[in-house]
Amino acid sequence: MSTLFLALVITAAQIILGLSMLCAAYRMLRGPRAQDRVLGLDALYLGAMLLLVTYGVQTGRTLYYEAALAIGLLGFAGTVALSKFLMRGEVIE
Amino acid sequence: MRRLLPFPLLTLALLVMWVLLTGFSPGHVVLGGLVAALVSRTMLSLEPEVTGFRPGLAVLRLAALVVADIVRSNIAVARIVLFRGVEHKSGFLHLPIELRNPYALAILAVIITATPGTLWVEHDARRHIILIHVLDLVDEEEWIQLIKHRYERLLMEIFE
Amino acid sequence: MIQAPDLPVWAAIIVGLLLLGGAVVTLIGTLGLLRLKTFYERVHAPTLGTTLGSALVLAASMVCFTVLQSRPVAHELLIGLFVTLTTPVTLMLLARAAIYRDRSEGVLPVPPSSRVPPRDE
Repeated sequence: MSTLFLALVITAAQIILGLSMLCAAYRMLRGPRAQDRVLGLDALYLGAMLLLVTYGVQTGRTLYYEAALAIGLLGFAGTVALSKFLMRGEVIE
Repeated sequence: MRRLLPFPLLTLALLVMWVLLTGFSPGHVVLGGLVAALVSRTMLSLEPEVTGFRPGLAVLRLAALVVADIVRSNIAVARIVLFRGVEHKSGFLHLPIELRNPYALAILAVIITATPGTLWVEHDARRHIILIHVLDLVDEEEWIQLIKHRYERLLMEIFE
Repeated sequence: MIQAPDLPVWAAIIVGLLLLGGAVVTLIGTLGLLRLKTFYERVHAPTLGTTLGSALVLAASMVCFTVLQSRPVAHELLIGLFVTLTTPVTLMLLARAAIYRDRSEGVLPVPPSSRVPPRDE
């Protein structure tokens, strides 16, 4: 009984996180400016990380935890690099 | 002791991280302790400035305050996002600041940005003014007093 | 397809509520990305997910694995610490890049640069 309840709740949480990733992806694809796209990408990374954690809860394996950690690290490095590019890329002397 | 472990807090943090990642066992504590002691020595070649950090009750008070504020402003920002009827006017805010310690300023920047609804944009090191963007800027003076009284005083207590 | 860990009832309720709460808070944050009008307003939106949202989801994972393995599991704290420390850095960099671009183009009402001799770093 409790297992069925938990399964439904976990699936619901995954669907909600998926919706939030869709919102972030919309912002990433539509812009309107480059900084909006980078912001959307950052939110997308966060959604993916949390989704992986919920998969870890669902399967009871710690494998997903390491994947979530890797996504968090890569998202940070990626967004920092893109922000740097936005700052430097437009310097026209 | 000082020469063996020049950065005791950093060494401890690395050891805790190692144990959290690998799971607790006596072997890993020894191995992680060795790695932490060696790795933290690499900071010696960077020659960081003295932080002036004074551990004490103020650290715990600041942490509790930040957690409470984050939860509260989460609810405030969620209301702004969900209900269009909620009046809000966002804008930039210049805030004169008395903190000089770079570590304290860095912590203040992280606190302000991590709290939903406020964002640290720039710091003018010459005139000691920071530029903040606030989502719900109803009363400028209120925000200035809030940040100065809540965080700046505690950070000064911790660092200066 | 539908599966879940075998937890006692009290733990299942706690884990379920934490997960749902975290997911909903994250969704509200990204909804803000859609609904707020200007970029500087939108920058505030993802912090909902990075603070309360991820804290709740990670707490759910901690409770779940602690009960499953019947020993304290806290390695999710590392993700939490990492997320709370890194998102301010990325958002600050992004805001500075945006304000730099807006100043050089003069499109939005942004405060002028306070650096007295305008030079690029």
